[in-house]
Amino acid sequence: MSSDIFFYLFAALTAGSALAVVFTKNTVASALSLLVSLVGVAAIFVLLDAFLLAALMVFVYAGAVVALFLFIVMLLDSYGGDRKPFKKATIVASAFAFVILALGLMSFVSRGSQETIASEVPVSGVPIGASLRAYGEQLFTTYLLPVQIVGFLLLIAMLGVIVLSKKFDGLEDVK
Amino acid sequence: MTVGLNEYLFLSALLFVIGFFGVLLRKNTLVIYMCLELMLVASTVALVAFSHFNRTMDGNVFVFFILTVAAAEVAVGLAIIVALFRRRQTIQVEELNALKN
Repeated sequence: MSSDIFFYLFAALTAGSALAVVFTKNTVASALSLLVSLVGVAAIFVLLDAFLLAALMVFVYAGAVVALFLFIVMLLDSYGGDRKPFKKATIVASAFAFVILALGLMSFVSRGSQETIASEVPVSGVPIGASLRAYGEQLFTTYLLPVQIVGFLLLIAMLGVIVLSKKFDGLEDVK
Repeated sequence: MTVGLNEYLFLSALLFVIGFFGVLLRKNTLVIYMCLELMLVASTVALVAFSHFNRTMDGNVFVFFILTVAAAEVAVGLAIIVALFRRRQTIQVEELNALKN
């Protein structure tokens, strides 16, 4: 199947650029690798028939979030990435935690393949995530309250950002 | 061999672990934050894969909410980082040790 080739291609792209986010010294290069990784995830969403989520991924993450990151990097980070080299203890400890978490997650995934997963039904017919009507029906019936809460959360986040980035001259004595 | 749920979950776990490694390893707050975003995205891959292979809508709708919350979270987090930089003139975590000792 040709979509298998695409899956491995995009999975390699996503994982490779995720590694580049972690290992590049330059912060701007990290942000651009994050962009490539997110576009790869959007491509994976297309393979999973979630076309709306793929488009939203590109708009919200690749468009807004990475642009915001690059803006902040430009604003703050005049020195480039990490100024000092990593300590050996940091490297050893994070590699140890990496291996432990990786083993745990992989054991979950591989154990699932040994037992019978009820969800491995052959996917046929119209893909369920492809229709906008399905999203609308879910969002405005079952998930109506979460939609309103999320809208309120966005309002609170906007207010929070305004308060955080405002300078209060009268509050200098508080510190 | 066809690509099934396991391959997608494997990819999700891999992305999550890479993000976790980056959070532990890097010392620049912005890069740590990018790796956090990577972990969040990894969880959305798992949700969409479950939703696709179970033929339900719920995982996709959850990813919808996760995208919204992530956007709000990035805005607030970066504002906090900017406020921190204004106050301390650094965003390297080893220099942010006011609570040490």
